[in-house]
Amino acid sequence: MFHYRQKESNEVVSKTANASFEIRLDDTILPPTSGSVIGVALNNKALAKSLEQAFNEKPHIHPPKTPVLHIKTDNTHIGYASSIKVPTDKGAIYAGPSLGIVIGKSATRVNASDSLDFVQGFTVVNEVSLAETSFYRPAVKAKCRDTFCPMGPWTIDKTAVSHPNNLSIKTFVNDALVHETNTDQLIHSVEEIVSYISSFMTLEAGDIIIAGTPERTPELEIKPGDSVMIDIEGVGRLANPVEQE
Amino acid sequence: MKSARILFNNKTLDVTINEQDQVVTQQGDVLADGSFTWLPPCEGKMFVLAINYADHAAELSFKAPEEPLVFLKNKNSLIGHDQNTYRPDNVDYMHYECELVVVIGKEAKNVSKEDAMDYVGGYTVGNDYAIRDYLENYYRPNLRVKSRDTCTPIGPYLVDAKDIKDPHNLMLRTYINGELKQEGNTKDLVFNIPHLIAYLSDIMTLTPGDMIFTGTPEGLADVKPGDVVTTEVEGVGVLKNTIISESEYLKTI
Repeated sequence: MFHYRQKESNEVVSKTANASFEIRLDDTILPPTSGSVIGVALNNKALAKSLEQAFNEKPHIHPPKTPVLHIKTDNTHIGYASSIKVPTDKGAIYAGPSLGIVIGKSATRVNASDSLDFVQGFTVVNEVSLAETSFYRPAVKAKCRDTFCPMGPWTIDKTAVSHPNNLSIKTFVNDALVHETNTDQLIHSVEEIVSYISSFMTLEAGDIIIAGTPERTPELEIKPGDSVMIDIEGVGRLANPVEQE
Repeated sequence: MKSARILFNNKTLDVTINEQDQVVTQQGDVLADGSFTWLPPCEGKMFVLAINYADHAAELSFKAPEEPLVFLKNKNSLIGHDQNTYRPDNVDYMHYECELVVVIGKEAKNVSKEDAMDYVGGYTVGNDYAIRDYLENYYRPNLRVKSRDTCTPIGPYLVDAKDIKDPHNLMLRTYINGELKQEGNTKDLVFNIPHLIAYLSDIMTLTPGDMIFTGTPEGLADVKPGDVVTTEVEGVGVLKNTIISESEYLKTI
């Protein structure tokens, strides 16, 4: 089952579909939920490896002991086909392809082995970000600009996704495949992430966890006029045009 | 005017506070203390300022920052007045932080410092607990330090912006079990309210209900289960909170 939200005569309407369907760029699809969105930073093997040396130097001193979390505030959330609005005077802007884990029921102190019981399903997230030169300080400026978190088009039930920790993620810019990764590159698995966050934060139905984005390489850079699409195997395709803020 | 949200007979009510500090429903009924539960008076994004008092920066051996050092909390951490916050077992240092909270009153994007105060809807008191043991040198301070369940008491009520003549000259005080531990004044903010609203609204759109926790002055101290912690901002309110142990907390969930 596919769960999505749409705006109809200024009302938010929740809908379901039995099969995936083509979405036109003029459709008014909203983010699949309206909950909190929590990102897991540095949760990609190649990304962590690329930072290994820096993390053993000041100001970090040693690599992180626990998953590092951040928040994508509500002003960043947009749906399928809405425009990502980027500034042109703040340096490079990057797409952040990631699996989104959609919480299905209130989760407090959940074991990794039970954690999928608290997951409704999955969605596609584009965790857009300015370049970050330091991982030392909170990421509000880089990550919380308006429209910097497209999500959708829908939540697909977890029963339809048999191996969440082995899904291919492809990023297309202007219809050209520019980047490929896989959820098998996550350092902390889907189950471990849900369990870890719930160990001190209650997750509510509709909250979304951004499982982890890959290293930001020049291929993931996006500019006004581009169209960016993220395809996660068996989950969906999220497409958004990019325009100047 | 003072407004609040309470839980009364299992219903969430928007109420006002009269001059005798009593809760009045929209029907005009005055509710007896103890007959209701205080809820957080607002909901929205939660911005928190780190080291925004120069004396507190010195206390932590930091130089005051050159631009606002803002982090975010998630709504799971919010609780109302007169509620319990749990201290995790086996930690060495958990401290309160008494803060003036600025609540946004209307949508704000690219607002100038000159116009910024027009966007303030009201003020309340926040207590931004931190578990220092969990501080790592990444995304300082991490959500495990600052965004834990029950770790952000706020309230008891919202005071309209027009009723606070000078938000940049208010005493802040924290008491543990009645003993004064922390004292400061909002005149010592490194980045004042207009600066913070201009800074944030340059990055993103602020919406009504968004909260800016403006930072805490020096005077931190460890709190233990059983402690009653009272944070107070002059003219804005007195926020009471009790520390419980993790095992007591686990019985409630």
